[in-house]
Amino acid sequence: MQLEARNLSFRYGKGPLIINNLNLELKSGEILGLSGPSGCGKTTLAKILSGYELPQGGSVKIDGKSIPSKGFNPVQLIFQHPEKAVNPRWQMKKTLNEGWSPDNELLDSLGIEKAWLKRWPNELSGGELQRFCVAKALSPKTRFLIADEITTMLDAITQAQIWNVVLNKARENNIGVLVVSHDQHLINRLCDRVFIGK
Amino acid sequence: MLEVNNLSISFIQYEKGLKQKTIQVISDLNIKISKGEILAIVGSSGSGKSLLAHAILGILPKNALMSGTILYDGRELTTKRQKKLRGNEIAFIPQSVNFLDPLMKVGSQVRSSVSAGEKKEKQRKIFDRYSLDSRTDSLFPFQLSGGMARRVLVASAVVGGAKLIVADEPTPGLHPEVVNETLGHLRELANQGCAILLITHDIGTALNVADSIAVFYSGITIEISPVSDFSGKGESLRHPYTKALWNALPQNDFNPIDGFQPSHIEQHSGCPFNSRCTFKSSECVSKLPLIRDVRFGKVRCYHAT
Repeated sequence: MQLEARNLSFRYGKGPLIINNLNLELKSGEILGLSGPSGCGKTTLAKILSGYELPQGGSVKIDGKSIPSKGFNPVQLIFQHPEKAVNPRWQMKKTLNEGWSPDNELLDSLGIEKAWLKRWPNELSGGELQRFCVAKALSPKTRFLIADEITTMLDAITQAQIWNVVLNKARENNIGVLVVSHDQHLINRLCDRVFIGK
Repeated sequence: MLEVNNLSISFIQYEKGLKQKTIQVISDLNIKISKGEILAIVGSSGSGKSLLAHAILGILPKNALMSGTILYDGRELTTKRQKKLRGNEIAFIPQSVNFLDPLMKVGSQVRSSVSAGEKKEKQRKIFDRYSLDSRTDSLFPFQLSGGMARRVLVASAVVGGAKLIVADEPTPGLHPEVVNETLGHLRELANQGCAILLITHDIGTALNVADSIAVFYSGITIEISPVSDFSGKGESLRHPYTKALWNALPQNDFNPIDGFQPSHIEQHSGCPFNSRCTFKSSECVSKLPLIRDVRFGKVRCYHAT
C-alpha cells in the first residue's frame, strides 16, 4: 500500500501559498522523516494527509483511491500537544475507546495504568495523556500514522518508551509512519529516509 | 548569587467538603548559582521545576505553603524584596510567546520594563543588540516570526539590567537555528556576569549551554553534575535515573527504562525512583537519602559512588 500526495497546494484564506506543488509517497511499513524550518508547512501537510484540511490543489490518495470521509480514517494523526487533542469533558476511558478498544497488552506496553482511565484530562501530565493518544491511533485499521512532533514536550525516557511501542506496532501491522520532528538525532534514529520541507 | 536551601513547597487542597489535604510537590531542594554561571534544571513534566521558578519570583498561588530559605546576593529573598527586584534585577524569560501582550506594540511593551533612565533610548539600544530594527518597535506580537518574538522576550527580560535570569522552557518546538540563537543569548549574558537558571525538560538543550545540570525527579533534586560528566555511556554520572535519562537519548542508546515518575498524589516514602531502580535495597524503600557530595557533584542515592 502507498499513501500518495500529488501536486498539493495549500493556503490559509487569502494568505501566501504554504504548500506549492508538493509530491510525497509513504509506503506501508516505511518510516519517513519530515524536517524543515518553522513555518514551512510541516503541520499543515500533516493535517492535509490525515484529512483535517482539504488542499486547494492536488490530492491525497491511498493506492490511487480517495480516502473515505466517513468511518474510521486509515490515516491517523497524533498531535504535538495532547492536552489540546483530547476532550476535556470526557473521562479518559471514553477518549481511549472512541475509535477502537485497545487491548490490555497495548495499554501495558504504553504504561497506561488502570486508575488513569477514570481520571479527567486535567488530572494527567502531558506525557501520560500522549500515551492515550498513541494507543488511540494504533488501531488495527490504521494503515498510516502521521506523528507531528509527538514527543517534543516529553523527557528522553518517555520519548524512547513511546517510540519503541509505535515502531513495534508499525512493524507488526505494516503501518507507514511519517515522523515530523525538529530533532535531527531522533530522525536519524527512527527513519529510513527523510523529506526536507522548504 | 542565588542560594536555595531545603526548599519545600506543598499545596492545600480540598478533598471532600471541608476536609483538606496537603500535597508536597517539592521536597528539601538545594541549589546554588554563582555569577556568570548557567545552571540547568532538567526533569520531566510534573517534576516541579516550574514551581521552583515561581518560588524564586514570588508568584506561587495562594494555597501554596513554602518552607526553607532563598538567599539572593547573600541576603534572604523576602516577599518585599521579591516585589522590588523582579522585573529588573531578577528577570523571567517565559516559555511561550503568549506571554507578550497581544494588543500592545512590542516597542512600548519593552519600554514598560525600563524602570529608570531614558526609556526610548534604552529600548532602542537593546533592540539593536538583538538585531530588531526600528520597524519592529511598532509591530504587534502576532506580526513577529517565532525567532523575533523570542528575541523580544529576551530583550524585555534584560532591558532592566538583570543580574539573575530565570528562563522557563525557552526553546520548546523551535527550529535548531532559533534554539541556538536563544541559547547563545543566554550564554552571552552569563559571560557578562549574569547568573542564569535554565529550566527545561530537554537534556540536549541543557547540555548545549549550561555549566552544570541539576536533575529533578518527583520534586526532589537527585543529582547535580558538571556538564562534562554527560558523555560516553554515562559512566561518570552518579544517579541511576540520570544515567537512564542520558542513555534514552536518540543519539545514545534510545533505550528506555520501564515505568514512569510517580505522581504527587501517590505519596512516597523513601526514594521516589526505587520502583524503577535496579539497585533498590530496603533502605531505599524506607527513607529518602540525603543529598551528598560525590566526585565534584551532588547525588541523593545510597548506592552512588
